[in-house]
Amino acid sequence: MQLRQLAHARSGDKGNHANIGVVANTPADYTTLLRELTAERVAAYFTGLGVTRVERFELPKIAALNFLLYDALAGGASRARRIDTQGKLLGTAILDLELPG
Amino acid sequence: MPLRIANAAGFWGDSLAAPRTTVERAAAGGAPLDYITLEYLAELTMSILARQRQKDPRSGFVTDFSTVLTDLLPALAAQPQLKIITNAGGINPLACAAATAAILRSAGLGETLVGVVSGDDLMPQLPQLREDGLPLINLDTGQPLSTLNRPVMAANAYLGAEPIAAALVAGASIVITGRVADASLTLGPALHEFGWPRDDWNRLAGASVAGHLIECGAQATGGLFRDWQNLNLAEVGYPIAELESDGSSVITKSAGTGGTVTVATVAEQLVYEIGDPRAYLTPDVTVDFTTVELAQLGPDRVAVRGATGIAATDSYKVSLAYESGFAASGQLLVWGRDCAAKARVCAEIIRARLHAAGYTPAEFHVECLGANEGVPGLRPPPTDQFETVLRVTVHDDNRAAVERFTREFAPLITSGPPGLAGYAAGRPEVRPILAYWPTLIPKNLVQPQVVVRAAKEMK
Repeated sequence: MQLRQLAHARSGDKGNHANIGVVANTPADYTTLLRELTAERVAAYFTGLGVTRVERFELPKIAALNFLLYDALAGGASRARRIDTQGKLLGTAILDLELPG
Repeated sequence: MPLRIANAAGFWGDSLAAPRTTVERAAAGGAPLDYITLEYLAELTMSILARQRQKDPRSGFVTDFSTVLTDLLPALAAQPQLKIITNAGGINPLACAAATAAILRSAGLGETLVGVVSGDDLMPQLPQLREDGLPLINLDTGQPLSTLNRPVMAANAYLGAEPIAAALVAGASIVITGRVADASLTLGPALHEFGWPRDDWNRLAGASVAGHLIECGAQATGGLFRDWQNLNLAEVGYPIAELESDGSSVITKSAGTGGTVTVATVAEQLVYEIGDPRAYLTPDVTVDFTTVELAQLGPDRVAVRGATGIAATDSYKVSLAYESGFAASGQLLVWGRDCAAKARVCAEIIRARLHAAGYTPAEFHVECLGANEGVPGLRPPPTDQFETVLRVTVHDDNRAAVERFTREFAPLITSGPPGLAGYAAGRPEVRPILAYWPTLIPKNLVQPQVVVRAAKEMK
């Protein structure tokens, strides 16, 4: 099951870090996300970015999770090394993450 | 009656037409705006403006605002209740105010009161602060500023809503600020109109959430949203926050505009570019986003309720930017069944020629766009790829190394592999790079200043 069947997402930069907000489509989907969309799973998915740590925050009232991906941006927006300097693609990218079930 | 605040600019470069359209559509729909906010300052915009001011002391503000204001003049004349709050002042709010006053005078609006909020620029006092031993610890690395041996280009405290409210109390119709927290552009008018006690943290939190939701313009109204195929984004409406005196709000947009406002679009924006949602820090209040509830009231109307807050910290966030060398990016279209391999050979030819010329740039980064490299490591390259855009980015402290790189692209026309195109754009541009040093400063070391004068008296 791909995350896109359960949720939608948006991403941006926080200095050299990126954040991805993932919003569940339904309360039941949020329960699934809480169980399956762990910080570890997101960190493993984005290994290629050089992420050093992923922190997950819960917003149950809007059925959303916020992920902070530390050091995801290869020096931050100012360095402009990668074409996606601000992590704008990550919200689209995370929706292809495969979850069990 | 709720207080109606629209935001019609989410960054410097946002639509020039949006402010006027937003104001006119709201009035045409029978619900004219009380305030329009225009947010222009991304993290590093200040340092770009600082560089401009080095060359010309009258520059250093967001010149787009002059264009926007000129476009808004008919609306301002027709809607005297309408007030403008903007951080277009950038690194030079006084110069921005002077330019604003000149536009108003020439339109016969010399009586208009213009407020200027300054004091966020810490550059004048930075040498003394450093001498006094203020550590200015980098929030990402934990290093004190004394370990930085590069020139600081800009240092600005994120001021809060209070000086904006003060300018409004003094009668200003247009308030121009330098660096202020984005959410404070909305909280300022709310403090003024509702007269909330400054420690009424939940109300302050509510208006700050509304400010956060509208600060990026159309991102609250359908921009970046997954249902893009079904939305009219060409005519997207910009967001309006209808603020109530209890701190709750309705996020909406004007009838007849494109885009959409749903619980889903607003929820995505609530979690946009935040860290810990339990502690969204502003200079005015520390907001808990996890208490916020959203409800669809009708088409394009979403209620935002339940925000809670606690006292703000005793520090201002500071965006400090320092010089960090030079960079350039060059691109070439590489075509043919072996395009990816060919692109990498092109990059290696450039690298070898640079090396032969005596340069080994600190960073030499190669991307094959079209080969799934936008997000590195996520997907394998396509198996039947027939074209790719080679993008090489070089970064070095030595400008000459980067200059030389920009000259090693064109020779590939005649001395590289076949199947290359896209030189017409000319040589890549060398750009100075500014790096960001996020830090804090005790509030008692910063003195926000507010001046309100009629346009006719501002020269």
